[in-house]
Amino acid sequence: MQNHAGRTIAEKILGAHAGQELGAGEFAIVSVDQLLGTDGSAPMAIDLFARMGFEEVFEASRIAFSCDHYSPASSARIAALHEKMRDFARRRGIALFRVGEGIGHQRMVEEGRVRPGTIVAGADSHCVTYGALNALGIGIGASDLAAAMATGKIWLKVPQTLRIILKGRLDPPAQARDVILELLRRLRADGADYLALEFSGDGVTSLSIEERIVIANMATEAGAKAALFACDEPTREFLDGLGIRDCAPVEPDPQAHYVDSLTIDLSEVTPRLALPHHVDMVVPIGEAEGRPVDMVFIGTCTGGRASDIRAALAAIRKAGGIAPGVELVITPASRAELELLIADGSLAELTALGAVLTTPGCGACCGTSGAIPRDGATVISTGNRNFKGRMGAPHAEIFLASPAACGAAAATGRITQPKALAP
Amino acid sequence: MSLQLSLQGRARVFGDDINTDYIISSRRKRDARDEEEMARFLFEDIDPAFAASLERDDIIVAGKNFGCGSAMEVAVTVARAAGIRAIVAKSFARTFYRNAINNGLLPVIADTGLVKEGSRIEIAVAAGSTVVILDEGARRVPAQGIPPELVSIFTEGGLVLYIAKHRGFAIPLPR
Repeated sequence: MQNHAGRTIAEKILGAHAGQELGAGEFAIVSVDQLLGTDGSAPMAIDLFARMGFEEVFEASRIAFSCDHYSPASSARIAALHEKMRDFARRRGIALFRVGEGIGHQRMVEEGRVRPGTIVAGADSHCVTYGALNALGIGIGASDLAAAMATGKIWLKVPQTLRIILKGRLDPPAQARDVILELLRRLRADGADYLALEFSGDGVTSLSIEERIVIANMATEAGAKAALFACDEPTREFLDGLGIRDCAPVEPDPQAHYVDSLTIDLSEVTPRLALPHHVDMVVPIGEAEGRPVDMVFIGTCTGGRASDIRAALAAIRKAGGIAPGVELVITPASRAELELLIADGSLAELTALGAVLTTPGCGACCGTSGAIPRDGATVISTGNRNFKGRMGAPHAEIFLASPAACGAAAATGRITQPKALAP
Repeated sequence: MSLQLSLQGRARVFGDDINTDYIISSRRKRDARDEEEMARFLFEDIDPAFAASLERDDIIVAGKNFGCGSAMEVAVTVARAAGIRAIVAKSFARTFYRNAINNGLLPVIADTGLVKEGSRIEIAVAAGSTVVILDEGARRVPAQGIPPELVSIFTEGGLVLYIAKHRGFAIPLPR
């Protein structure tokens, strides 16, 4: 297909896992290094695995299950699905992240299952998150997960790559969330369909791994198959903190072929807002300033780390509290992130201010557990999707914004420029 | 390998960026026992009357980026349980596309701009020349069927039956 003279990160990782050189457009069977199934997909995959006629998985240490979409179980039926996952996992020695441990994507990173140059596939669209650590994180279906648990392999088409060049440095109160919202505005919801994104430029080095995770995570909202960052000094420091020292990072070849490239100057990014009910309907936050909000949700795999929750708290602290009538829902991405908030006193401060704390997990993001807004409510959220009905109420209006902007809204009861309450 | 088939039915037209939560909401997935029960709520949040109006030969027709958002495979299996055999769209989100092929639901890529709600359409799939036929045969819209490398997964009844039959993937993928 393509000439093989220069390859992108995606082409190189996929080729290394197919045992042959691959170029964009080719179909291939590739081996996977790690697999994730959530309580939204693993129960179905377990049934399909049995229907495929398999009893044993290809390699238990390469599979993890996560009880996160229903954390805690929202009904007896869901509790039985959790038991089904536990039983399957226990019999085969598969790791299982229990209710309350956190969101699978966060746990995969914390456990060191995501390493540079590897393929980490999972039956959940937000597996693109792993690109922040130079891993090809890819979302698949439950049938794919079942086949991969049996064989260690998935089928796929090698994607073309769109290069995203980041320049400069973020200017607070703009946050990484505002960068990905701006990118979604420019790409639109289908702008990266079938494509891998590859981030480069001097702006990348200024972004922490957590900030890269925020950006990579929401690349799926533009349809991206993967969202890859190179492995640099911040990556190595992050991995070192997890005790990972031996890894094989993958860089693009100098002559790699890109379908297109797009530049974002981080210093020009200002606070953004995605309007209901489209992730790509993105405007400067000022355009909806003053709109009253009923619920503020700080959580999810893109916006629920301790640093996000602290950024929201900073705005609330500056204003002196949560506005009357606003329900502030805090759902840490994992128990480890919750413990960071306990250790520095942030959690005690939030609960004293009247915040509602829910179990680490996906929480209110997809309306499966956690706090569900009333119909007609206006919600501002650090989550990654604002589709109609997404949080469980068909007629709620969901705005997506940065943690700082969500904190400012909790403090004032209205959509507010985060600058007004910046530390 | 090539695929040959012809499907006729009534077009049920949707717009752009129909996400999987719109196909079936996560709260129905949470509460329902099985796909048959969920099928009563197909497209509920954007068209509450849709599921009751569905007929056996209906074909879903949509704009760009059909099936975006969550990778949840039930968005495909519920459509199958409701009797949907094919979806024609200007483009598909990648996870929906692969889930469709893995479950024997035919995804066809074509310019759907001229398809009218309730009109009769035909999908004619043949090696290298898939078309969508509109207006009683007066208009033939060129289309893309299933890539040759994936045809055996589709024709053998989806990925589960394919893996069961071959005890794994046939490598390299036949073209």
